[in-house]
Amino acid sequence: MNRDDFPLLKEDIIYFDNGATSLKPKCVIDKMNDYYTNYPANTHRGDYDLSFKVDQEYEEARELVRDFIHAKYLEEIVFTSGTTESLNMIVNGFFANLLEANDEVLITSSEHASNILPWFRLARKMGIKINYIPLDSNYYVTLDHIKKALTANTKVISIAGITNVIGDIRPIKQICKLAHENNIFVVLDGAQMVPHLPIDVLNLDVDFLAFSAHKMCGPTGVGVLYGKKELLEHLEPIVLGGGMNESFDNPSEVILSELPTRLEAGTRNIAGVIGFGEAIKYLNKIGMDNIYKYELELRKYLIDKLLPLKHIDIINIESDSGIVTFNVANVFSQDVAYYLNKYNICVRAGNHCAKILKSSVGVNNTVRVSLYFYNTFEEIDSLVELLSDYDKIVKEMI
Amino acid sequence: MDKEQSREIIMENYLHPQNRDLPHDGYDAINTRNESCIDNINLYIKWNEDILEDIVFDGEACAVSISSTSIMIKNLIGKKAKEALEYIKEFYHMTNGDDFNQELLGDACCYLEVSKQGNRKVCANLPLKGIEKAILEKIK
Repeated sequence: MNRDDFPLLKEDIIYFDNGATSLKPKCVIDKMNDYYTNYPANTHRGDYDLSFKVDQEYEEARELVRDFIHAKYLEEIVFTSGTTESLNMIVNGFFANLLEANDEVLITSSEHASNILPWFRLARKMGIKINYIPLDSNYYVTLDHIKKALTANTKVISIAGITNVIGDIRPIKQICKLAHENNIFVVLDGAQMVPHLPIDVLNLDVDFLAFSAHKMCGPTGVGVLYGKKELLEHLEPIVLGGGMNESFDNPSEVILSELPTRLEAGTRNIAGVIGFGEAIKYLNKIGMDNIYKYELELRKYLIDKLLPLKHIDIINIESDSGIVTFNVANVFSQDVAYYLNKYNICVRAGNHCAKILKSSVGVNNTVRVSLYFYNTFEEIDSLVELLSDYDKIVKEMI
Repeated sequence: MDKEQSREIIMENYLHPQNRDLPHDGYDAINTRNESCIDNINLYIKWNEDILEDIVFDGEACAVSISSTSIMIKNLIGKKAKEALEYIKEFYHMTNGDDFNQELLGDACCYLEVSKQGNRKVCANLPLKGIEKAILEKIK
């Protein structure tokens, strides 16, 4: 779909590493160039036309994000540098002030490092406990398993909507319902979810959501922190400085700005935010329902073609997202990636920043194909043809 | 050394690596891994004064890293610390695309072409980074 919009796809290259980052359509690149070329002023500063235009574009991007995730209020949308920063702000700015020693946070072993390491530090510093929701035989999270993992001390469930290795879609709405019945907060890592399917934070009823622009046709260095307004009001800014204060006459009389500006200290990635707004317009035109439906068709096609290959061990046959993870028998994942690279096919090899998944899946490293709407059935044919010939893989892996 | 000979040496050392073993008593351990967080090798070194008397390794890594570890072990055992550092320096010269001492490196010249591919230089250098660190620690 829409391949002509992506300058890189005019080259002889097959890009299957969309879980890491997506390609950028020309309209997003043009939008950012337009800012840098024609109105490169700062936000919230000047009483002149250029700066006014920047404010308009910047705030329009915020409105586009609000509408895209169906948040209720504009001030619930905070621009950050990406999912990682958003999650760190949620953990260190909100939960660090709320939780007490022995309070429990539930995560899973398939979370990305960004949804583990901030919690680990809080555990070391404050004595909170990190517990793991057991995964089922498909490495899925089920409500039953969550129920079993809940205790009277559970205060937070912090999980990815779609994991970056297994690609399973978690039942977020049901998890939120269960959590809220038990006075538990839900933090949703949406990095792999928001780019691929329609999302409605009000319907899901998540308390916090984090995601990145660059995985959804936007620029790098921009992300979103969504929080319910009444919670976000209590999120303490970790970074203080320009643009987020009203007055600071002395240490005891510091007045900070209202949301969301309070949480956006310093000059933001203005071109990135404006470019992100354009990316959302672009995705809206295609339709998130269409994107998700098409990715599932691609995935099914790939799985059906890989299944007969005896030397391919697919880790996540059943998953409902565009992520397919596998290993080639007796070939290290990185060597498979190098082999495919010789034919201009980009895939990811490694542990995908989900190091503790090993305890559940039993393998350290895998090859990952992560699909997006601009991938094609023909590209999958090319991949499968190369993976079909085991002798060729071994011969050409170095 | 042509491309096919290089490949044969690499594959032979990958499939049948020298001294892939668990350490015995009296070995110093050092871990070496690369930034892409995949290759992960533990080296175990037995010193006899300033001579590398024995080196064994275990771990998980790609064909280039495993084979490079094997070749390095084979070529460094019996060398004095300073001779080993000289060898490592020449290896880096080769993988950096600079002039290097072919005679000294011997079969390790098989990485001349491979190290020009993508990130493979890092894989080839990986074991040498580890042993270099261990040697510098020893002689400081």
